[in-house]
Amino acid sequence: MAAATNPVLVDNISRRNLRNDLLKVSIIILSLITIIPIVFIIGKIIVNGISQINFNFFVQPSPDSLQAMTAIANNQTIPGGIANGITGTFLIVIVASLMAIPTGIMIGIYLYENQTSRYSDFVRNISEVLQGVPSIVLGIIAYMWIVKNITNGFSALAGSVALAIMMLPMIIRSTEETMKMIPNEIREAAFALGAPYHKVIFRVLIPSSFSGLSTGVLLSVSRILGETAPLMMTALGSAAINYNITKPTSAVPLLIWEFYNDPNMVKLVWSSSLFLMAFILTLNITSGRLAAKHKTGRKR
Amino acid sequence: MNSDRLTRVFLFASSLLILMIAAGIVFTLVRGSVPAFKTFGLRFIVADVWNPTTGRESYGALPFIAGTLITSVLALIICLPLAFSTSLFMAEYFRGTRIARILSSLVDLLAGIPSIVYGLWGFYTLRPLLISLGVSNQGFGIFTSSLILAIMIVPYATSLSTEIIAMVPDELKEAAYSLGATRREVIFNIILPSARSGIIASYILALGRALGETMAVTMLIGNSNVVPKGLFSTGNTMASIIANQFGEAGGLKLSSLIAIGLLLFAITAIVNSIGKFIINRFSK
Repeated sequence: MAAATNPVLVDNISRRNLRNDLLKVSIIILSLITIIPIVFIIGKIIVNGISQINFNFFVQPSPDSLQAMTAIANNQTIPGGIANGITGTFLIVIVASLMAIPTGIMIGIYLYENQTSRYSDFVRNISEVLQGVPSIVLGIIAYMWIVKNITNGFSALAGSVALAIMMLPMIIRSTEETMKMIPNEIREAAFALGAPYHKVIFRVLIPSSFSGLSTGVLLSVSRILGETAPLMMTALGSAAINYNITKPTSAVPLLIWEFYNDPNMVKLVWSSSLFLMAFILTLNITSGRLAAKHKTGRKR
Repeated sequence: MNSDRLTRVFLFASSLLILMIAAGIVFTLVRGSVPAFKTFGLRFIVADVWNPTTGRESYGALPFIAGTLITSVLALIICLPLAFSTSLFMAEYFRGTRIARILSSLVDLLAGIPSIVYGLWGFYTLRPLLISLGVSNQGFGIFTSSLILAIMIVPYATSLSTEIIAMVPDELKEAAYSLGATRREVIFNIILPSARSGIIASYILALGRALGETMAVTMLIGNSNVVPKGLFSTGNTMASIIANQFGEAGGLKLSSLIAIGLLLFAITAIVNSIGKFIINRFSK
């Protein structure tokens, strides 16, 4: 009886082969189903978005509802663009990067230098917990810390803080992993030559892991580019181009949200999404290329 | 103090920063939610009324906790067969082939799409599709949100379990093949038992992702502040009530929203820790 329930021992080869083939076919079908949405999503964005993409789209701020309505009534393309969103996204992301990248790399180096200590394990665990915090919760945090106490109003800085906290764990992790790939001899050689510790870090460790570090940085930036919810609660949005980090600022995902909620501007939703997707994909592909280069460089 | 010591202190100080951020997050959430818990007590978690009318204000988190858990778990159930097949496709059937690489980069592409774009696609493509199939009248609700969430978490569930399935030693599989086992038997009797905890962990981590998703769900769930009555009824999740009402909130309502944020933080932290715990035990 025990032997009969063990499928390996059931001697019925045609039935076993049939079940084997069935599994293979169903796995192929289910895998194809998995990639159907991606094809449809990208297709939809390109087909609907391309018509609104023109030069003005990149250099003019977003139109107001009335302008969009008139254009639609006259059967023209909607005037204006998403320049306020593009500049806002750059402003918020650059400020977030300035906060998160140096700190993240320093913490990553600390963890690499003290790999086995209990304290490092604790820091690693906390960093992993932070990585799992939903972005909307970080929106609340940035609102309470920055909007309420520092800028006394919605501001690009608050958005940057929320995004910086999102980036930090990713950069810490990628820094530590990259550092582990540097041959220890290089580090020891620098110490043997009498180089002070800070020089070993800035002249040896960081330069020799540069492409790995940039991969991590690019990936973390691409993860935060599309964040909408935390920005709604912090940077809020603005109709004009703004470079002041203490003032409300727009961002591409925020514009998508505004366009989505305004029936007159719905057409702009797709072109903005196309822009955002293209931006994120470019970063992803660049970081993938860098990572591949990094790996082949190691082998040589 | 010499310069090496200074560098060491500086590195250590920067590591303190992340602990301070984490402590600050917990402190801010707890302090912000004190008024809500003071007014409603622990009943806040199980109360199912969300009434912002001045004078009769009453807030409870149950509709949102239920909405979050139901959508996320349903998303995981929908995602399971897809992620499972995809990881077997890439790590077993077509391992190392060109088609596996194409599939893998397409799945990675899914991870790069922003939540709001998923929401748009769900609203303009998936929702009309569900209506025309007669699945629901308006297309909003728990099921639609879970469907989009399932697509969103596929890459997270897939990438880790692919890695773990690929790690199963070839000797074990070859031994089974040499005894005359079919591929299906090798998968179910060799690969799955030895990769089981890793695969489970990757699904738990994907669940953690689904719990905190905001924009796509907000655009599709229908935003009604009641405990969902069925798969096709509307509802609201913890993340989407915060996204919807935080901007105009003050006083007790703001505190209640922060309290929901605290609960969401706690739930995701617990789910993620369970996943990480299983992985760490697996890798030892």
